[in-house]
Amino acid sequence: MSRTASALVAGERDVRADFPILGERTSRGKRLVYLDSAATSQKPTVVIDAIERYYREYNANIHRGVYEIAARATDAFEEARAKVARFLNAAESAEIIWTRNATEAINLVAWSWGGANLHEGDVILVSELEHHSNLVPWQLLAERSGSRLRFIPVNDRGELQLDTLDALLEGCKLVAIAHVSNTLGTILPIAEVVARAHAAGAIVLVDGAQAAPHMPVDVRALDADFYVLSAHKMLGPTGIGVLYGKRALLDAMPPFLSGGDMIRSVSYERSTFNELPWKFEAGTSNIADAIAFGSAIDYLEGYGMENIRAHERALLAYAFEGLGALEERGLAIYGPHDPERSSGVISMNFADIHAHDLASILDTEGICIRAGHHCTMPLMGRLDLAATARASFYLYNDRSDVDALITGLEKAAAIFRLS
Amino acid sequence: MDDFYRDFILDHYRNPRNFGHLPEPDAVAEDRNPLCGDEMRVEIAVDESGNVSDIRFSGKGCAISQASASMLLEQARGKSLEHLLALGKESVLENVGIDISPTRMKCAMLGLSVLKSAALAGLAKAESE
Ligand SMILES: Cc1ncc(COP(=O)(O)O)c(C=O)c1O
Repeated sequence: MSRTASALVAGERDVRADFPILGERTSRGKRLVYLDSAATSQKPTVVIDAIERYYREYNANIHRGVYEIAARATDAFEEARAKVARFLNAAESAEIIWTRNATEAINLVAWSWGGANLHEGDVILVSELEHHSNLVPWQLLAERSGSRLRFIPVNDRGELQLDTLDALLEGCKLVAIAHVSNTLGTILPIAEVVARAHAAGAIVLVDGAQAAPHMPVDVRALDADFYVLSAHKMLGPTGIGVLYGKRALLDAMPPFLSGGDMIRSVSYERSTFNELPWKFEAGTSNIADAIAFGSAIDYLEGYGMENIRAHERALLAYAFEGLGALEERGLAIYGPHDPERSSGVISMNFADIHAHDLASILDTEGICIRAGHHCTMPLMGRLDLAATARASFYLYNDRSDVDALITGLEKAAAIFRLS
Repeated sequence: MDDFYRDFILDHYRNPRNFGHLPEPDAVAEDRNPLCGDEMRVEIAVDESGNVSDIRFSGKGCAISQASASMLLEQARGKSLEHLLALGKESVLENVGIDISPTRMKCAMLGLSVLKSAALAGLAKAESE
């Protein structure tokens, strides 16, 4: 099928034309086949332009200047926050806290909420498939507070096993769980986990780093207490991320970082703190990148998250079909292997070719994939894997990218003399 | 990079020489490449004159790390520990025979680095005895 026939098109536009990097060639003269959006996404021109426009036209600090460009910068910064609130269907913009990335958002909750609420003997529940970012902060919090970690098991396909959930929730104050697995693409049943956690008196932090870029997210429908994401995985710049939290929780939490911007009044002895969301935003924020993230959200909404999910689902089905032919030559695909239950991630190994060798060979064809443990070393141990090769999709990928991947895998098979 | 995977490299990858463990090694070292999780262990037995009498490596890894280690260890037998300590990158690159891309250099050098750590451990042990 031709590229345009399968690409996600809004009106007559080809999505790829919006991403300048996709027009680049590698040093070998190959077209760039970017299949590593789970690591970071590419950026459309509107996002790149938004950064430049801020620095060229209205660079000023926010929340303090009285002059025109300072007001313009403040408005743009706060409007970006409002866009995120709408995007996640938060009740109000004040529930959106800017951070550097998802990792920092998780750490904010671990230090602030965790420090105030977790005590000796309490339980923190995470799943077996978490990214290190949603595991290590809880390990350290458990050490600091004397609380214990428990794990919701996954089966060999990386699907959450909920039959023991109620027992695991006993004594649990906090559940921290991914919405989508970055290693396997599994979509987790968040609404059910949240309902059962709430019934047991625990609150839930959802790591949405791999979900928010790829599907509609409604934090109120999920009833998530906290939801975190990174802009760079959803067409935005690096260095900006989001913590969503329910107002009642955020209001009751002590500050995380402290200093300028987050205060109401300061004397030599003590300070009172600003209201939400600024209470958690100490120091000058990443103004340009927050504004540009707002442009990324506009861009995503221009296509519609339902359409993006449908596009990736169709691409995944096409990929599974094409890759199926390689299974008899030793291709193993991990995860649910079902486009309905996976986001656009394919984790695999090919016969006795190590994932790194596979990635190197694909690289010679301009194909960018990730090889390794994907920051989920415990999950890799659980699945008895040393490394996998991971291809991940986004709205700018199409069937020609999948075809290139399959051709690349065939080349690897030839180089490694697979029968 | 694709011309790296020539027959002799694949042969060393699929049939690594000196792979496994020694019953009573005199010196052992282990390391992992944190980027990819590849791990390698080298075990050395030393004779009276301080030369390598037997050697093994074990672990998991890509063709580059496994073949590089397999070829390097073949040359280590009979050499003194001091000789092993003085080995440089070229010893690996000459075996491999082509340029390795910077992103994979760590893989190629994993065996060398663990071999040298084992040699160092062997020398430290000889000194303390
Ligand atoms: C599921 C998941 N959580 C958290 C993170 C951390 O994101 P960041 O490095 O942007 O903080 C990632 C990024 O790889 C991820 O995939």
